[in-house]
Amino acid sequence: MQFFGGSDVSPSPPAPTAAGHNANVMYMFNRNGVCLFYREWNRPLRTLNPQQDHKLMFGLLFSLKSLTAKMDPTSGDKGNLGVPQLPGQGCSFHSFRTNTYKLSFMESPSGIKIILVTHPRTGDLREALKYIYSLYVEYVAKNPLYNPGTPVRCDLFDTNLDQYVRSIS
Amino acid sequence: MAAICSLFIINKSGGLIFYKDYGSAGRMDTNDSLRVASLWHSMHAISQQLSPTVGCSGIELLEADTFDLHCFQSLTGTKFFVVCEPGALHMEALLKVIYELYTDYVLKNPFYEMEMPIRCELFDLNLSQAVQKDRVALLGR
Repeated sequence: MQFFGGSDVSPSPPAPTAAGHNANVMYMFNRNGVCLFYREWNRPLRTLNPQQDHKLMFGLLFSLKSLTAKMDPTSGDKGNLGVPQLPGQGCSFHSFRTNTYKLSFMESPSGIKIILVTHPRTGDLREALKYIYSLYVEYVAKNPLYNPGTPVRCDLFDTNLDQYVRSIS
Repeated sequence: MAAICSLFIINKSGGLIFYKDYGSAGRMDTNDSLRVASLWHSMHAISQQLSPTVGCSGIELLEADTFDLHCFQSLTGTKFFVVCEPGALHMEALLKVIYELYTDYVLKNPFYEMEMPIRCELFDLNLSQAVQKDRVALLGR
């Protein structure tokens, strides 16, 4: 199935219909790879347990970033492949698309990574991710009870995020 | 003038069998291109594992800050991917054309050994014509 899963044989996911059925999953990582936040709205398939899933996602993003930094056709000096880079250094990426989902990615200067998985036909979500980051700043980073580097448990953030994500098309 | 920055072809086990650069700044050396190719092979496989729904067949398009990467996987697991400018059009069609050239001039070449690096003059020749900018623009019709 791995190699023969061509796009014409596999069923493509149902097109986004009503509002709120567009986003599948959201992840948030800090720069150490700790999963600060994980939320799923629509995820019929789970192949791994949550810890492994988070680790694999962080690993994928890390490696894709070093790949894009190395592949960048516009800069001459790209350093070595796989050398860790600071947030904002080197050529990064903002999304990738497969036949079943689209993953949008944003990294803040402090190394907070926000990942939103949506339907493959979703448009550019860079502004949406910036808005989600501003929600994080407003309701999590400014929360005096929040301990940086620990998983986010904040009702206000959850409700506002749910509300906003439902509006993404 | 080529419509793409570079083209990679990797076999089903992630080994680079063809790499051609069409004038990007700081061309990659042989080692780096091999490593990038096998890294892409693994990222492609991992992206299938992380799919929220069934039937995922890997990354088709990666949008980076300064380039787009379009990937096409054939039924036998050979992956073709091109690096092009952000928002370049007709890349899926171009990948299909390159796949056709591969089947015609590489697979049908009696001296070609499967999964080994591609050294076929006719393939090189036809490829350099297929990636010309004006040719690629016509693919949209």
